[in-house]
Amino acid sequence: MIIELAGIRKTYRSGSMEFEALCGIDVGIDEGEFVAVVGPSGSGKSTLMNILGCLDNPTEGSYHLAGEDVSAMTEAQLAEVRNRRIGFVFQQFNLLASLPAWRNVELPLVYAGVPRSERRDRALRALERVGLGDRVDNRPGELSGGQQQRVAVARALVTEPALILADEPTGNLDSRSTADVLGLLDELHATGRTIVLITHEHDVAARAGRRLTIRDGQVSA
Amino acid sequence: MNWLETVRAGLEAVRAHRMRSILTMLGIVIGIASVILTVGFGQGAQQEVQDEIDALGSNLLIVSPGSSTDAGGMRGGFGSATTLTLDDAAAIGDESVVPDAAAVAATTSTSAAVTAGTTNWTTSVVGTTPSWLDVRTRELDSGRFFTRAELAEGADVVVLGPDTASELFAVGNPVGQTVSISGRQLTVIGVLDSSGASATGTSEDDQAVLPISTAKSLSGSTNGAVSTIYVEATSAETLSAAYQEVQSLLLTRHGVTTAEADFSISTQDSLVETANATNETLTVLLTGVAAISLLVGGVGVMNIMLVSVTERIREIGLRKALGATPRVIGRQFLVEASMLGLAGGVAGVLIGVAGSWVLPELIDQPVTLSALATGAALATSLALGLGFGVYPASRAARLTPIDALRSE
Repeated sequence: MIIELAGIRKTYRSGSMEFEALCGIDVGIDEGEFVAVVGPSGSGKSTLMNILGCLDNPTEGSYHLAGEDVSAMTEAQLAEVRNRRIGFVFQQFNLLASLPAWRNVELPLVYAGVPRSERRDRALRALERVGLGDRVDNRPGELSGGQQQRVAVARALVTEPALILADEPTGNLDSRSTADVLGLLDELHATGRTIVLITHEHDVAARAGRRLTIRDGQVSA
Repeated sequence: MNWLETVRAGLEAVRAHRMRSILTMLGIVIGIASVILTVGFGQGAQQEVQDEIDALGSNLLIVSPGSSTDAGGMRGGFGSATTLTLDDAAAIGDESVVPDAAAVAATTSTSAAVTAGTTNWTTSVVGTTPSWLDVRTRELDSGRFFTRAELAEGADVVVLGPDTASELFAVGNPVGQTVSISGRQLTVIGVLDSSGASATGTSEDDQAVLPISTAKSLSGSTNGAVSTIYVEATSAETLSAAYQEVQSLLLTRHGVTTAEADFSISTQDSLVETANATNETLTVLLTGVAAISLLVGGVGVMNIMLVSVTERIREIGLRKALGATPRVIGRQFLVEASMLGLAGGVAGVLIGVAGSWVLPELIDQPVTLSALATGAALATSLALGLGFGVYPASRAARLTPIDALRSE
């Protein structure tokens, strides 16, 4: 199993108010699975995504990612785990506007300490793979929304991570680009990658092999 | 991410906001440039004073008469009294009394018109003894200085300073010509070499030097009063011994105590110190002002870096999500801030150096650049960037990736 969540709780505190966003989540995801996490807004979906992405620590419970217990790691350790294990695709693309496509794609490799020359090769290969081999020097502003999201996908897979975490990746795209990006995720799945897709669109969730519905901070069957 | 990568990323960020970076650096540029120029001015002025005083001669004691009080009770300044005499000078010259004096030259000085043919020129007429040349470490450009025999007989001879000579004799060799001072015909027997210290102005090169006996008879003065006695010590080590000897000799001769001394002795060092004290006060004051402007520049860097952290909050979140540790993010902003500081410092040094070439032409003040001050200025600018970058950098490092990513 690549992901093992056991008894995950997350409580937010503001002043004397307490809010339990996740109340006891037990989930296991196998390597090579394509899982869609669905649920209405406010269900705790995003909190779960943050914990899955090692962007946040759970208040309680344990999280094993590829065999490592990440639930009690420091921020610096989490950064390293994110870098090695997880490829992120965000709704807002989150590309750096000042850098050309290939420099955006190489960013995770910079933090992984990969030498400069190798970084460029790997970034170019990743861009090739998402069908943007001819746009490597374009800045995000010169690319369409769909192309930008494909650059983001290339960035997510450039480190060959165990897990690709896509948070509403098609939320800002038109239907053609949506099909493009989903097709890309399908392809990645076909090559054996584990993909966790967070979405509230049912037709998007239908692409996944398994659906995980979150309601009121719990997994509902 | 190693240091080289961090520096490269910092450069990119500074370049990406070119205008803002330049404006941020401006405070530091102005601060550094003014520090360099202020220190340069201070050192230039000190050098000038040093040159001026060195030009007096070496290992020199300068004995001046004390102040005089006239019948009405008006007290003149130092040098106004006639308490120093030729006899005093002769006594100082006595090796058994003042063994550490190598040479003594008494001088009188008045301002008078010197005429050569139809040309006239008002200059300082100095009466002295042949040892003046050694004591004041002057050389002759042509001709000769007057001799003891000429001093004894009050011969009608004169030695001109180079500027005086060229004012009176535009063409031809002045040596052997005749000039007239106060109606007396004097033969020019020599012309002094330039004193070499250009900073001194012209006074050292513009004078007419003649035997003190001749000068006395020219002015019709019958007393033995002199305006200054120059005493050259045998070496720098014996200067203070010579000082003591001259002082006690004159006190005894004049029958006074130290408290009521009617003369004053200054050394070159004391002259340099007095002159530098004024300069130093000014330099410290100006450097303080420049330092404050540097501080303001540093606050400017912090200000802009804080803006930059807020503005790039999503970028920080993304970089963290992609694997940047808090340390790497903090380092990135710290490097950016110190590069702004250092770049400002380099620009400030360039402007300071350019200013040190241009300003002396405009305001006739020498500027001596010091490598130490320049190096210190650069180090300061780097330290300013670093110091004022710490707070913004730690703010950036502490941002949690989700908060940063979520912000709009």
